[in-house]
Amino acid sequence: MTRLHGPEESPVVLGRRGFLRGAALGGLGLAGAGALAGLVEAGTPASATTSAPAKAAHQWAMVIDLRYCNGCKLCTTACQTAHYLHADQTWIDVFSMRDAAGDSYFMPRPCMMCEDPPCVPVCPVKANFRTDEGLTLVRQDRCIGTRICMNACPYQARYFNWGPPRPAPRQPFPQEPAWPVPQVEGTVGKCVDCAAMLPAGKLPECVSHCPMGVLYLGDLESDVAVNGLGNTIELSTFLEDNNAVKFKESYGTHPRVFYIPGDGQDLDLDAEST
Amino acid sequence: MSEPRGTTGAGEHTGIEGRVDGPPALEEVRVAAMRPVLESPRWWWPAVAVLGAIVVAGIVAWVVQVGDGLGAAGYNNTAFWAVYEADLVAFIGVSYGGAVVSAILRITKATWRAPLTRIAEATALVTLPVGMLFIVPHLGSPWRIWELVWPPYWNLSSPILWDFFAVSTYLLATIVFFYLPLIPDAAIARGLLEPGRRGLRARVCRRLYQTLGDRWDGNPSQRRMLHAAIGLVAIMIIPMAVSVHSVLSFAFASSSRPGYAETIFPVYFVVAALYTGVALVVLSLAACRRLYHLEAFIHPRHLVRLGFLLVAFGAAYLYLTFTEYLIDGYSGTTGNAAWVRQVLIGRYWIPFWFYFVAAGVVPLVIMAVRRLRTGRGVVVASGLVVFAMWVKRLVIVIPPATEPLVRSPLAATGVLAGNWGTYHFTWVPIAITIAATAAIPLALLIVFRFVPILPIAEMEELAAGLEEPAETAGAPVLRGDQGPGSAPVVIGASSFRTSVSLPDTTGKEGAR
Repeated sequence: MTRLHGPEESPVVLGRRGFLRGAALGGLGLAGAGALAGLVEAGTPASATTSAPAKAAHQWAMVIDLRYCNGCKLCTTACQTAHYLHADQTWIDVFSMRDAAGDSYFMPRPCMMCEDPPCVPVCPVKANFRTDEGLTLVRQDRCIGTRICMNACPYQARYFNWGPPRPAPRQPFPQEPAWPVPQVEGTVGKCVDCAAMLPAGKLPECVSHCPMGVLYLGDLESDVAVNGLGNTIELSTFLEDNNAVKFKESYGTHPRVFYIPGDGQDLDLDAEST
Repeated sequence: MSEPRGTTGAGEHTGIEGRVDGPPALEEVRVAAMRPVLESPRWWWPAVAVLGAIVVAGIVAWVVQVGDGLGAAGYNNTAFWAVYEADLVAFIGVSYGGAVVSAILRITKATWRAPLTRIAEATALVTLPVGMLFIVPHLGSPWRIWELVWPPYWNLSSPILWDFFAVSTYLLATIVFFYLPLIPDAAIARGLLEPGRRGLRARVCRRLYQTLGDRWDGNPSQRRMLHAAIGLVAIMIIPMAVSVHSVLSFAFASSSRPGYAETIFPVYFVVAALYTGVALVVLSLAACRRLYHLEAFIHPRHLVRLGFLLVAFGAAYLYLTFTEYLIDGYSGTTGNAAWVRQVLIGRYWIPFWFYFVAAGVVPLVIMAVRRLRTGRGVVVASGLVVFAMWVKRLVIVIPPATEPLVRSPLAATGVLAGNWGTYHFTWVPIAITIAATAAIPLALLIVFRFVPILPIAEMEELAAGLEEPAETAGAPVLRGDQGPGSAPVVIGASSFRTSVSLPDTTGKEGAR
């Protein structure tokens, strides 16, 4: 059964960051002392949020209750409308799946906001970063478009701007990583959990537009989650009671999106046996 | 150039336009090496014009791509990496020929390499920058490429940055490796350039030779130092070459993506690069031999020897491919089994099996069958290898990039499970790839207007018995069981003949 790691609970396994730090200490680096220092430096700020108790007021998470998703994709269209995205830029996508019993179900997939995001260390110009509130964001004024983060993401949650973005009118927020509207041609974009709206107490577009109350925005610090229908839950109890799982947990990414399986779906595709 | 018997005795040169009746004299080396510099063949300007036009067309295609976005090159969110990554790997890969011929054959003391080294090194020198340039169309925002050389933005944990460092270092080493043997040649060439010669090119040549070879007078201490330097760079360039393609493969392999996350990738990429590198050197040698009339120095049996190297790498690559596909397919995990099936019998079967025939089986057959094992046969095999290995790079890059990573577990084992992405070729990457291909002969035509096409000093030293291994080792200049006076004049094709006709036991290497 899947165990859940809260932010205060440090994962025991040797993660990517641990490996890099180990490699650095062991002197395995190819590029000499400078590169080693870089590895350690790259590892330090994010790991502070993983292992030590976070200083930030919030640690954002998401709960997706697969039992109630009917595949209407209103979350996808709401997201694309708000962020002025092209049709193929499905920052939150809804996949039609089939479980081991042969029954079909629908699976919304936003950015997993991993605690150990594989997309961050691979960027050559530090265009990806993780905020102290646990959100992985993209500096689109920095991104040079190598797309190696799209290679690294095991969830295919990153979308490139292959041409000019959809024009957007004046926005309520400045164009910044927390509100990347309009998108920038030749750079990577992804779900940002509508980071600019959260301080104002607003739910992300997908959460507020879900008519089934499938999507919850949660805060691991205050242990509360809310969905678009106004239901408020105690996060840890809800996850415990409903046997929450994380998507591809064996990849060591420690996603902060928790799925509530309706019929015992196993979302760890590596462990899947058919 | 049909010399069916690769291992028989000396003296049969009937197929080579009757030029060579015996070993070419020393002066002939100088004449032949400087001919491309001193004489202007009629085809030179038309060839440069045509190749230049193709290159310009490629640049136009890139400008169009910059205007329209990377989507103009056929990319989409389900095929995020495709042709430019394959081009990058393929074009940097073909530059390995210089390291093989000049470094590996130098270290292994294969003296027959001597007439080939300049052409091989020049080929490496021009292909590497062409390959590096593919980073430009690859980027979504090429106007921000300066960030890669802006240290405050460096993320040292990124494989792309490692690529950048490794390839830059290798480029520097390649330049040095081209430059060092050119020092004595520049001094010689300076004397061969007629003083009355005018024009911009003559002035540039004179200036170049003066800069490079001004202080070279060929005294023993200079020679010793040069040989030591060349030997050192020859040894250093091999791990550098290995690191370049290993690190290129890390950009793919340092992920969790099925088909990219392969521990075999570094070896796989390095062997592929050596394979195509040798093939391009063969093509380059054959073309230069024909165009610059180097038949006296570059013998078909040189090509056949390189052909053996070629198939050695080819067989190794075939083996690595087999290993990768067998284990990934056999393990049966969803992601790996799916891409292997797509490649072998699914949507990518045509390019894969094309590789298998053209760069897997046919070169082996050509080198295995005595009737086909000729200079011409090796050239045909090399042409197939260069093209089919580019196709194979597409097969490496595209299937994993198009594989769906979020899919229904039950359907996942089927070949067509999930929404596989599709990469559609457009005219833009085709034009850019053809332009890059044309840039290689174009650059070589220009390079050989300025530098001697044969390593004059090296060939003369070998002929005079001043072979560098003996000297760098500090040993007296005596080779084998022959006295220094009785050593045959071994240059070019004839040196090859000597070592082939008297294998191992009585050859000049053998007595060691």
